[in-house]
Amino acid sequence: MALFLLRRLGLMILTLWILSLIVFFAGQILPSDPGRIILGNLASPSSVQALDHKLGVDRPLLTRYLSWLGGLLHGDFGTSYTYQSAVEPFVRAALINSVKLAVLAFVIVVPLGIIGGVVAALYAGRGADRVISVTGLSLSSVPEFVSGIVVIVIFGIALKVLPVTASAGAGAGAFNQFRHLILPAIPLVFVLFGYIARMARAGTIEALNSDYARTAVLKGLPRRTVIRRHVLRNSLLPTITVIATQTGYLIGGLVVVETLFNYQGLGNLIFKAAQAKDFAMLEAGVLVIGVVYVLATLAADLLLTLLNPRLRIGGTE
Amino acid sequence: MSGSVPQPAGPGVPSPVDPVAPLDRTGGYLGPDTHAAVVAASRATPAQWRRLLRRPTFLVGAGIVLFWVVCAIFGHLIAPYNPLAQQLLSANTAPSSAHWFGTDPLGRDVLSRVITGARDILIVTPLATILGTVLGTILGLAMAYFGGAFDLISGRIVEAVLALPLVIIAFLFIVALGPSVGTLIVVVGLVFTPLIARTVRAAVLVERHQDYVSASRLLGENSARVMFGEILPNVMPAILVEFTVRLGYAVFALATLSFLGFGIQPPTPDWGADIAANYTGLLAGYWWQTLFPALAIASLVTAVTLIADSIEQVLSS
Repeated sequence: MALFLLRRLGLMILTLWILSLIVFFAGQILPSDPGRIILGNLASPSSVQALDHKLGVDRPLLTRYLSWLGGLLHGDFGTSYTYQSAVEPFVRAALINSVKLAVLAFVIVVPLGIIGGVVAALYAGRGADRVISVTGLSLSSVPEFVSGIVVIVIFGIALKVLPVTASAGAGAGAFNQFRHLILPAIPLVFVLFGYIARMARAGTIEALNSDYARTAVLKGLPRRTVIRRHVLRNSLLPTITVIATQTGYLIGGLVVVETLFNYQGLGNLIFKAAQAKDFAMLEAGVLVIGVVYVLATLAADLLLTLLNPRLRIGGTE
Repeated sequence: MSGSVPQPAGPGVPSPVDPVAPLDRTGGYLGPDTHAAVVAASRATPAQWRRLLRRPTFLVGAGIVLFWVVCAIFGHLIAPYNPLAQQLLSANTAPSSAHWFGTDPLGRDVLSRVITGARDILIVTPLATILGTVLGTILGLAMAYFGGAFDLISGRIVEAVLALPLVIIAFLFIVALGPSVGTLIVVVGLVFTPLIARTVRAAVLVERHQDYVSASRLLGENSARVMFGEILPNVMPAILVEFTVRLGYAVFALATLSFLGFGIQPPTPDWGADIAANYTGLLAGYWWQTLFPALAIASLVTAVTLIADSIEQVLSS
């Protein structure tokens, strides 16, 4: 088990390092130069050059990568070209906001998706299954900006029951913040529901057809007990993994939702940095997303290993 | 890719323990999609194709896609107006007999823009998905076949790319390279490469130890021939499913990128970009400018998803 953990951590660090390479060198193919972006078209070439020197962007690529990486390891994410100040506080605030929205979306969608998938599996091939599967499939096909616009029109404009901006303003209470986050969470819930329900359905059907479920039925256990004690415990394992792997998707969805609802989260931060060609900010935001995804996948792996003794043994071989 | 890779283990030699195998069993590294793909990894037969053609979901999906393909090819002939022609005097008019879907703030005919808007999205998404499928198949085959250090290192790169949502990677590259149709195809294709490689790798791992692979090696066939001549035909169904699933996702992602201003650029008719330009008009009650492009996107994504789902069901049953 300890060996498995060490291995997994080693692989994770390798992945993170490759990620930093990708993010950094993607930033370097940008044809324009940061000094020119900050000073504008009217600045003289000499002052652009001076600023480039001050920012350090005239140094060789490898030197810049190493100093960028060294800074990251000390928690220094660089300096924003747009705001002329450290990137780190912006990214930190945005990350906290995004986590709030993502947690709310997960809290709504995980129980819904699992219940939907289990019900669909218990009625496999019949009406309830068709309705749940087709609804899930259709909802996950609608891009977030479309469903986001629809919920804004229905709940925000026509019925006027919920606020259409996501930020409650400074000093707002927890309940008020929560109210503002309901509408932005709905498009994310729509897209995730289909995936989670599908996985829960597949897992439940597999468990229902297993030998141990048949044995439990044949030894005379009531159907309710069989499902609760034997089927659900086994079928929900793969669902845990799918939930973790969807963290990456979720952040992509956040870009759209946060832009649409003007919410100061990580997605919005990256979108604005991309528009302004603020590469220091963009790189920091993208890297944070990558780290969150890698950590979520690791957590899912560990959880799955802890819950399933067979994998625990398999993982240490 | 195949320049400096280790030689495969000879036939009869027990194959080395796969470096990432323990993770595969948890599902955490390979993710949820591979499960179905591996199940589907059996040769497609004419009987399966007949069953596919009898599935109503497949026929509905294929019908809708065919409709949009016709619009993409002949759109400029079918459309009642020039999609770029501005009639400022009849701006923002509601749907009528002259303009079935109404007009936008510049007086352009919404119906004509919806019809011709199919073109760019139906050029970019299939080409990008084909590019990603070809590259991903080659990479996935090589990873599973050669294993060892090559698999380990490629696996880390794949996972690093997977840590970032498509929209975010696209931001990095499109900001740097500019949003042309060519850039979009290459960027989306390259982002899909690791996703598809992951699925192909899982399918090939199942095939690698089959007798026919050992037999062809004993006959002295070289690695390339074993991979592409023997294994590839047997994993084609898995690749086909993966291709259709990714195609639906490409439409979804491209519409999102266009909505955010990083995809197809105005004034070219495009559903996502048109929604971005007009959704503020919802406040003034101009619902038709947003609703019809939104329905177009949703119908195309749903149709591709239905096709993908039918193919998967038929192949795995």
